[in-house]
Amino acid sequence: MSQDIILRTDAVAKSFGKFKALSGITASFPRGALTSIIGPNGAGKSTYFNLLSGAFPPTSGRVEFEGRDITGTPQHRYAKLGIAKSFQITTLFRQISTLENVRVALQALISRYNIWTSRAKLPGLAEQAAALLNTVGLWDRRDRIAGSLAHGEQRALEIAMALASSPRLLLLDEPTAGMSPEETRTMMDLIVKLASERTVILVEHKMKLVMGISDRLLVLHHGELLAEGTPDDIRHNETVKRVYLGQRQH
Amino acid sequence: MLPAAFVATCKRHRVVLAIAFLLIFPLVMPFKAIAVNILIYGLFALGFNLMFGTLGLLSFGHAALFGGGAYACGIAIVHYGAPWWLGILAGLLGGMLIAAIIGGLAIRTRGIYFAMVTLALAQCVYFAAYQATDLTGGENGLRGIDISKINIFGVQLNFIDPLTRYYVVAVFVALAIIVLSRILASPFGAVLEAVRENEARARACGYDVRTTRWLAFVVSGGFCGLAGGLQTLHLSIVPIETLYYPTSGLVVMMALLGGMGTFFGPFIGAGVFLLLENLVSLWTVHWQLLVGAIFVACVMFFPRGIWGTILMGRAR
Repeated sequence: MSQDIILRTDAVAKSFGKFKALSGITASFPRGALTSIIGPNGAGKSTYFNLLSGAFPPTSGRVEFEGRDITGTPQHRYAKLGIAKSFQITTLFRQISTLENVRVALQALISRYNIWTSRAKLPGLAEQAAALLNTVGLWDRRDRIAGSLAHGEQRALEIAMALASSPRLLLLDEPTAGMSPEETRTMMDLIVKLASERTVILVEHKMKLVMGISDRLLVLHHGELLAEGTPDDIRHNETVKRVYLGQRQH
Repeated sequence: MLPAAFVATCKRHRVVLAIAFLLIFPLVMPFKAIAVNILIYGLFALGFNLMFGTLGLLSFGHAALFGGGAYACGIAIVHYGAPWWLGILAGLLGGMLIAAIIGGLAIRTRGIYFAMVTLALAQCVYFAAYQATDLTGGENGLRGIDISKINIFGVQLNFIDPLTRYYVVAVFVALAIIVLSRILASPFGAVLEAVRENEARARACGYDVRTTRWLAFVVSGGFCGLAGGLQTLHLSIVPIETLYYPTSGLVVMMALLGGMGTFFGPFIGAGVFLLLENLVSLWTVHWQLLVGAIFVACVMFFPRGIWGTILMGRAR
């Protein structure tokens, strides 16, 4: 099958001291698909996510993005590569206005060390920031200090900031963590909308949430890849059922 | 707490207000020499606060940048016969150079480690200056800086006259305030705030946090070095204590006293500190006790500092 692969990991492993968090995961992520990485607590989902998003390098193995080896690339280069992420714990510029949060995220692409002009005079940023805030439904919150937004709104702002670099690959680490059912629904709708325009990889603890929206699923367990396939494959996989025993879906 | 609209107006016209203040200030001050001191330490505190308030990194080694600028200016004048303005330029560049070196070594660390590493490196500079007697005068300080007349585009000014001296220094301080204000409003200023607010997010946005910090340290060194150079002209001597660690502590105190979260807070902190020092020491040799108590009270009850509290009210 000659499918276009956007991201590939080749036997990536990660150890923290003696603790082996992840052992040799080889997997491919097709372009344009929404792939979810699921697994019970302690399965190594977050570690795997952090390797994909470049928060730290793997102990061994390779990460390839669009056929290019990006293992060990510093985090700040990822935006330029075309990869953006949202964090599991909300990570914002808390004391700055919502609009300025997005504006700064956009600015990273065009001006990082310029001290000679006014930041307000950088062309186009205000319009792009407004568009992004509209996408995630935060335009009427633009003047609020980011730290004062509701939890769900903060998560949405994080996604707007991730979108600022126009990423071809968007990585989301438990975007609905700590959200109310209402906020969760809004967020899932947003993710489906975003996934229609770009590749999305989603880490999620709650299997039920992602079954309906994912094109593909990866199941991790004890730092190993337990299963991968379409939601239907996973639903009927005996090993996966055993792992998720007690919280079996449907 | 002042009305929000008034505060906003002040913020928008901060450069104009600052210049107006600098013009009037010596006329209301009983001793012009203190006014000059306040300008110099105020500038030092503003430069320091670029790291502390804007970027969120506490440096305990800024004495090396201030003192480095002071020595660079003094050495240029004494050993190389440089004119006064070249001395000031040497101070500015000297501060930046030392900042580039100390910053390059310290910038990997953060929090308390950054404070300790900068402190240690600044002490290295102090001991180096202490030993290099031929160049720096060692523990006697660098003497022989005699600037009594200065020449600006053919106009002779009597630098011994306190008011003239004040206004010459004030011109440089005003220029520095304009430049600093522009830097804070620039795209780079936005990056500094972003790095302060959240390093991980800044990195994910695509900002190189380490380079940003290093550049900020060098820019901070420029302002502190300029302040040091001006002090050399003002004192006609560079005391070795300029490089000693209490100078680093002093500027931290000034920034906290005035309010590290505001633009002018550190400047005002420097002014209040020096005025207190001068007034209280008139009637007791234990002036540090009282000034220390005021500082402690300020940190406990007005954590935003004097200027921060005036602008934004008491922190809850």
